[in-house]
Amino acid sequence: MTTQTLAGVVVERDAEGFLIDPSLWTEAMAEAIAREEGITLTERHWEVVRFMRHAYETTGGGPNVRLLAKTSGIPVKELYSLFPKGPAKTAAKIAGIPKPHGCI
Amino acid sequence: MRRIVIVGTGTGGTLVANRLRRALTPDDASIVCVDRDDDHLYQPGLLNVPFGRRTLSSLTRSRRAQLHPHIELVLGEVDTVDLEGRAVSLADGTALRYDALVVASGATLAPEETEGLTGPGWMERVFTFYSPAGAAALADAFARFSAGRLVVAVLDTPIKCPVAPLEFTFLAEDALRHRGVRDKVEITYVTPLDGAFTRPIASAHLSGLLAERGIGLVTALATASVDGAAGRLTGYDGRTVDFDLAVVVPVHNGAAFVTRSPGLGDALGFVTVDPKTLQVPGHPEVLALGDVTDLVTSKAGSVAHFEGDVVVENLIAALDGRPAPARFDGHTNCFLELGGGKALLIDFNNDVEPVPGHFPGPVGLPLLSPSRLDHLGKAAFESLYWHALLPGRPLPGISRDMPRRGKKLSMLHHPSTTGAHP
Repeated sequence: MTTQTLAGVVVERDAEGFLIDPSLWTEAMAEAIAREEGITLTERHWEVVRFMRHAYETTGGGPNVRLLAKTSGIPVKELYSLFPKGPAKTAAKIAGIPKPHGCI
Repeated sequence: MRRIVIVGTGTGGTLVANRLRRALTPDDASIVCVDRDDDHLYQPGLLNVPFGRRTLSSLTRSRRAQLHPHIELVLGEVDTVDLEGRAVSLADGTALRYDALVVASGATLAPEETEGLTGPGWMERVFTFYSPAGAAALADAFARFSAGRLVVAVLDTPIKCPVAPLEFTFLAEDALRHRGVRDKVEITYVTPLDGAFTRPIASAHLSGLLAERGIGLVTALATASVDGAAGRLTGYDGRTVDFDLAVVVPVHNGAAFVTRSPGLGDALGFVTVDPKTLQVPGHPEVLALGDVTDLVTSKAGSVAHFEGDVVVENLIAALDGRPAPARFDGHTNCFLELGGGKALLIDFNNDVEPVPGHFPGPVGLPLLSPSRLDHLGKAAFESLYWHALLPGRPLPGISRDMPRRGKKLSMLHHPSTTGAHP
């Protein structure tokens, strides 16, 4: 876990860069995390990020890729072109929510 | 009289029905199970079908015969569940009113959801052993396979029995070596995970076993399409893997009726339950177990078995208007066949990943270590499945909560094994 200042706010992040406290998240922070991932957020990226954020707020977790595609209406292929390193994981990180769990 | 409806009579539904029948007299409650056919398949046995060691008929028995005589079995397709009206509607128009409901309908395979998978080459050079028909068709193709590239690919998670594709890979390698053609076959294991398995310590052990056997490992590849005619699998990131024979695990969904039943689950058909009480939020009288839940716990028979305990206790409490007393810890127990008459046992839960040691205590079966004893244990389990597990009798030495004794838990605090998973 590391403590750092992200978009002007002091936050704690885990070893993979996920925010420890999702309530501290701001839109400016999303831009900063996206830059670390090599992504410039377009309106389509924001659609996914807001969707993840909403899913977290209503269900307590972020969906996996197929569920994200099915519920957001954005095809899996496009999700991967928006977030090449893994849409559910990267979008969750940018949205400031915990890493979506695969099966353990 | 109160009525309990159970949707699905696989491992979880059957053992819960039988335990409830013993816990409640027929005057207390009637129990009605629903399933679409009368064929109960011992799913772990599908792994042996491609190698000609088992036939489908030897793995299948009557569902009705596994249920206590005072349990009714209705054959039909579930259309929807009305949580507010407390009724299950069947496709033929029958409505089954309930006081308590258990959803145990399992996961379904969705090969048609992967581009190209069910197109040219499907069931000719691209197979799955996850379906009975697929396992039987693969047996013929594998018997003829003597040279070329064999690719075993998990297309996406979650899947049932996450160790089964690894087991298939080990058994195939063993069979090809015995056939004397191992040097003519290149074997590659493809997974969307970051390693051979979900948790770091087991993943490192299993990667080592693959490497020892000269099996290639391709990780973090989520399959976008499979071209059976060209013999090529393509990932969403553009990477490709070429094959002459592909054995895939298709993507899994829950149940279609779940997607048609507001409040019951997610868009993929998995039922949303509290991970500890296994109750549907807001509906303590509705519980789910086994492969149909949206839990992160492995989709495996052992999980359905341990969850069954929790479901029975919490369902009876809900009928009596009491809060749920039982909690599920995510306990999972899997025997992993390695070929050559050896197997490896893993035992873990949501908090404790698989580590070496012994199960269920310091004197017991070896954990995370290739062993003849574990292979015999796996073979012996089938009889226990029909005669003790399904009837809902206790299994000797096997408890609901994961045993900590006998496990090298000190490994969990080692710097090299922490951090990859919460």
